[in-house]
Amino acid sequence: MAKIKLSAERLDELKAVCKSFNNEKGELINVLHQAQGIFGYLPAEVQEVIARELHISVAHVYGVVSFYSFFSMLPKGEHPVSICLGTACYVRGAEKVIDEFKKHLKINVGETTPDGKFSLACLRCVGACGLAPVVLVGEKVYGRVSPDGVKDIIEEYTR
Amino acid sequence: MSKFKMHVLVCGGTGCHASQSELLLENLKTIVADKGLDNDVQVIATGCFGFCEKGPIVKIIPDNTFYTQVTPGDAREIIEEHLIKGRKVHRLLYVDPENKEQVEDSKHMGFYKKQLRIALRNCGFIDPENIDEYISRDGYEALVKCLTEMKPQEVIDILKKSGLRGRGGGGFPTGTKLEITSKSVSDIKYVVCNADEGDPGAFMDRSILEGDPHSVIEAMAISGYCIGSTKGLVYIRAEYPLAINRLKTAIKQAREYGLLGENIFGTDFSFDIELRYGAGAFVCGEETALIHSMEGNRGEPTFKPPFPSVEGYLGKPTNVNNVETLANIPVIINQGPEWFASIGTEKSKGTKVFALAGKINNVGLIEVPMGTTLREVIYEIGGGIKDGKKFKAVQTGGPSGGCLTEKHLDTPIDYDNLLANGSMMGSGGMIVMDEDDCMVSVAKFYLDFTVEESCGKCSPCRIGNKRLYEILDKITQGKGTREDIDRLRNLSTVIKDTSLCGLGQTSPNPVLSTIDNFWDEYIEHVTDKKCRSGQCKALLQYVIEPENCVGCTACARNCPVNAIAGERKGIHVIDQEACIKCGACLEKCKFNAVFIK
Repeated sequence: MAKIKLSAERLDELKAVCKSFNNEKGELINVLHQAQGIFGYLPAEVQEVIARELHISVAHVYGVVSFYSFFSMLPKGEHPVSICLGTACYVRGAEKVIDEFKKHLKINVGETTPDGKFSLACLRCVGACGLAPVVLVGEKVYGRVSPDGVKDIIEEYTR
Repeated sequence: MSKFKMHVLVCGGTGCHASQSELLLENLKTIVADKGLDNDVQVIATGCFGFCEKGPIVKIIPDNTFYTQVTPGDAREIIEEHLIKGRKVHRLLYVDPENKEQVEDSKHMGFYKKQLRIALRNCGFIDPENIDEYISRDGYEALVKCLTEMKPQEVIDILKKSGLRGRGGGGFPTGTKLEITSKSVSDIKYVVCNADEGDPGAFMDRSILEGDPHSVIEAMAISGYCIGSTKGLVYIRAEYPLAINRLKTAIKQAREYGLLGENIFGTDFSFDIELRYGAGAFVCGEETALIHSMEGNRGEPTFKPPFPSVEGYLGKPTNVNNVETLANIPVIINQGPEWFASIGTEKSKGTKVFALAGKINNVGLIEVPMGTTLREVIYEIGGGIKDGKKFKAVQTGGPSGGCLTEKHLDTPIDYDNLLANGSMMGSGGMIVMDEDDCMVSVAKFYLDFTVEESCGKCSPCRIGNKRLYEILDKITQGKGTREDIDRLRNLSTVIKDTSLCGLGQTSPNPVLSTIDNFWDEYIEHVTDKKCRSGQCKALLQYVIEPENCVGCTACARNCPVNAIAGERKGIHVIDQEACIKCGACLEKCKFNAVFIK
């Protein structure tokens, strides 16, 4: 992975986050949540800074980041598409919806389009099972998505 | 709530939120203000009504009118017609699917008739962001009673007597758990609320937190009083932003009212609550894993004993309870243990909330007394199977549970009966499946989930589940053998016997229960290479019926792999070896000549 240089400003912001949790190592997960909010993802450089600030090893930080599916070490697209693969969505045809997204965006699950516009991910149950199958684009929830409706959703963000 | 003549309740749960209920609420509020009705009509956003299938829901009190699938554009009509002229907007009323009649009063809806709402008592009735509304419904009364009139042991005794058992899946008696923690000697103890609802297809905890957060806060404070703790922690999924916000608001309001903080009600009891966020790991629902995660580590489970009640968060005694369990506690204190124990079956008292989803007409959140049968839940409350299809199975307990079939329909639902029938209560997800669902694929779906969520600590779970998945995949690809089914069984038993935590000990359940209940389907897959539901693509065969084929060449022209041979006006044939089963020929044929074998 190419090295990223964190700007001094961003670096200060990150340190301030650590400080707001008293640089307490038990607060690592809370710190990572906020850091991901700032950077959009958690590259190695960010993890190194956090490790230093909380006085723990980088390996420990990496261990936690890689354990939880919520944390990502790769940048997401401008419009992250998440398809719910909870059981309710599964039995109502979420797999076909995924296939359709793959076909239209020409990427696999876990990838980002070359222009950085879309990324594709699966998630487990947002709890809106009444609307199954459910697709999230950013924070927006699309319910009862049919394979035919996928094109329209993508178009909403490409116009 | 009494000073208004009418209340317009708009569902603000995640499901309805996604269908523009927020804009609807705004429109209703603006129009009510425009018409000068502010003093008579109150418009509020409530928690989930449970009837997610037909959201967004608007309910008018006092006449219990229940409007379904209301759009923001309907706001004006509801106000002008119903609120001002007193005429119900008939086109928005719920229609009974059986007799096609409009239901004017929600009490008469099949969906609600059989329900008994204890844990969900306030969901869909109060504004969760307003503590006064909770208080007006006897809120925080139980806490006052405990702090001022009872000793901690008396409170524990009430809960023991009520027979309340943990609703997160384990079913351990709540009172006993509190008693053990109270007897552990330590300078500091913790109360933890487990709101890490990772079971796919389950959303009861989310709905309680969104619809009635104060009931959980009150119960945590009562638990704190029982065990002698001053600090509560809620471990909540980061995927539930709305629930997090509502809980934050509720905690802030409780502090302002002196219901959390130092010297509550002037007693020497102090208690406060903090939030800890999950980060998407199913295993963190297991209490030891949850505690490690709260400490900022990888959420890997550890050996029990010591149980968290003795050595938990930061090595201190910790009482961990699930959201729904907690929501029951204040009512039990207020109404008495005898009342609670009178509901339910011999060993499972009270009610259980289920998230009903899948191929069912009324998807939603329901609460029924323990001992209600599956038939009542699926047909009377759930309104039967979608599109008039045939019921096949209902999956309970999520990735740890199993499938129940037609022969179990009249079994009363409680902890013990579900276990005896090869499934489990779990947290309360209930996914209904119909004849179009392939049970081998369903087992594969759950194993796919477990493989991804296994933390990797124990080899049987880490490697064994992966192997289970591969064998199931092989079967769905049409490459399975009779021996593979035996292998599945053996391996499942080993994984169950040798895994450390609940995840590995239960992960083979979906495999075992589908083998037990749908043996024929497994055999069909491995010997006849057939999938009766047509879900296993590799086992499908597209064939052309010579009698119907007119030789129009539409199928051959549209076949992406040129697997169809035949002259113009001659009969066409599909080369099964080359066919990739895309279904293009079936779609293009206008003469019904292509069919699936």
